[in-house]
Amino acid sequence: MLEKALSGSRQYWTWVIFLFVLIGVGFFFYLRQYHEGLGITGLSRDVTWGFYIAQFTFLVGVAASAVMVVLPYYLHDYKAFGKITILGEFLAISSVIMCMTFIFVDMGQPFRITNVFLHPSPRSLMFWDTVSLGGYLVLNVIISHITLNSERKGIAPPKWIRPVIILSIPWAISIHTVTAFLYSGLAARPFWMTAILAPRFLATAFAAGPSLLILLCLILRKFTRFDAGYGPIQKLAQIVTYAMAINVFFILVELFTAIYSNIPHHTMHFEYLFLGLDGKSSLVGWMWTSEILALIALVLLINPTTRHRQSTLVVACLTVFGSIWIDKGLGMVVTGFIPNPLGTVTEYMPTFPELMISVGIYGLGMLLITGFYRIALSVRKQIPT
Amino acid sequence: MSIDRRKFLTLSGLSALGLAGAPAVRVFGQDTTDVAQDTTPAEPAQPEQPRAPLVAQRWAMVIDINKCVAAEGCRDCALACHKVHNVPDFDNPKDEVKWIWKESFEHAFHDQEHAHQSEKLRHATLPVLCNHCDDPPCTRVCPTESTWKRESDGLVMMDWHRCIGCRYCVAACPYGSRSFNWRDPRPHIDEINKSYPTRTRGVVEKCTFCDERLARGQMPACVEACKEKAMIFGDLEDPESEVRQVLRETFTIRRKPGLGTHPEIYYIV
Repeated sequence: MLEKALSGSRQYWTWVIFLFVLIGVGFFFYLRQYHEGLGITGLSRDVTWGFYIAQFTFLVGVAASAVMVVLPYYLHDYKAFGKITILGEFLAISSVIMCMTFIFVDMGQPFRITNVFLHPSPRSLMFWDTVSLGGYLVLNVIISHITLNSERKGIAPPKWIRPVIILSIPWAISIHTVTAFLYSGLAARPFWMTAILAPRFLATAFAAGPSLLILLCLILRKFTRFDAGYGPIQKLAQIVTYAMAINVFFILVELFTAIYSNIPHHTMHFEYLFLGLDGKSSLVGWMWTSEILALIALVLLINPTTRHRQSTLVVACLTVFGSIWIDKGLGMVVTGFIPNPLGTVTEYMPTFPELMISVGIYGLGMLLITGFYRIALSVRKQIPT
Repeated sequence: MSIDRRKFLTLSGLSALGLAGAPAVRVFGQDTTDVAQDTTPAEPAQPEQPRAPLVAQRWAMVIDINKCVAAEGCRDCALACHKVHNVPDFDNPKDEVKWIWKESFEHAFHDQEHAHQSEKLRHATLPVLCNHCDDPPCTRVCPTESTWKRESDGLVMMDWHRCIGCRYCVAACPYGSRSFNWRDPRPHIDEINKSYPTRTRGVVEKCTFCDERLARGQMPACVEACKEKAMIFGDLEDPESEVRQVLRETFTIRRKPGLGTHPEIYYIV
């Protein structure tokens, strides 16, 4: 089936070559980082996790969100999602691979990473995160391969695949829960040590992921003969609406607990995020942007007229995605380190090489999505040739 | 034929792998901190008589801030430690690596800080280092068991050959006691102590309570270097030890006791 990704129009190849250029640039800067060490990033003794780990966290959410098309289709027999479940699964596979690459580039000794398996440490959440992400990747590869292959042959998928698909539903929840536990179990970092972190991760995942899927479906409709249909897109939009509303509710719950209890070690982090601390405020503008985008998104999504109209739905999806990307991809990880355990405020700013490496990984992800989607649509003969 | 240490280790590791897979894993995984890492071979043993190792059931330290404040500006403990342990000096806070350093009271005990603190404490700087916690959160989170609490005497140890550099332990330490090698440390070491390993870039390091010196019957380098005798080191399980005696007689505090890590460094204020 893979050969289907290797034929296409000039437009397709221009896009693929563009993505290869991004990957090449990222790889070039990674070689520099490998040679000189993580010192070429903006990370420091005080802020030891930054852009890479934040992207990893965000993308785990995108990966988990596949469950939002799989669950209605397989558990509620919502047939209209039949056309897009494969898109959700391929998005999950691509996201998990990006997650793993972000972890890899963040390691100080990347080629010792096998030590995680040679010396398994069940007390470490990182061990469980590796297990759950790896398992999720395997599940989705199996599911997408079997279902697509059956579709190509025009036969019903084998019976044994159904329990595997059902298993992938709680598994998707687990990958983001374990990722949240990675943070929320640390007494040293009061900003992360909140029970709402895992639920909030899931809410943001189920808002940002399906938003991205809506946008991808619309892009596919523009460039191919694939049409997800009005019904499924609207169903996804409803899911985004609920998830985003729950997310904003969770943010307010979190803010109430932190601000009203007024424990300095907890409030200081929020002060840094929204007001600035010790004259350091590089995230303040971003965070307010994120909150304003969230409000715009809610208005556009809750109002049926704007949700039903495609042009405003696109804006809503972009604002949801942007708001959550800022929240998880910029604010959430580094603020755990600011101020540091000694009360010192050291800020973090990703460097150019760090950003280029990240762009390269996103390029890789987009290349995978492109290739996978092309395979899926070729099987359905929905690609103009 | 010239063969350097690294090549030798690799070759012997590979041949071990060829002989039997399972033991080879153990060879690679072992605590090898006593082996000089990627440095020139160790110097021949010092001519002095070998002393019996210092042993304890639970090593702990008491630091007298009063004595420390009296010697204003003194950094002897940090200098001695960093010299014997080949700790690099990067001269910038971003890449900085430190095992023990002088910190203001306000920062070291920032949950105890208030606006009307005594003049003495307001200006005090005191040594901070790894607390060798009884329930260390750093070892709990390590995905490769590269850092662990030694059951025999409670030291929190590090294996720099196994560490993958994920920095989860740095995130988990409530005391900021762990440093990561953002760059190759070796060019930033003034004078390499050949009897102690240097580290490679990309691994985490911290104070180990001088496990290597204890094994040779010596007190930790910081304790030995402190002219004010502000640092008392001993066995917490031995009721007759000096630490126990001091703890019995004097009021002491620990850093962030509320987190349940049970730090084993006690401060006399």
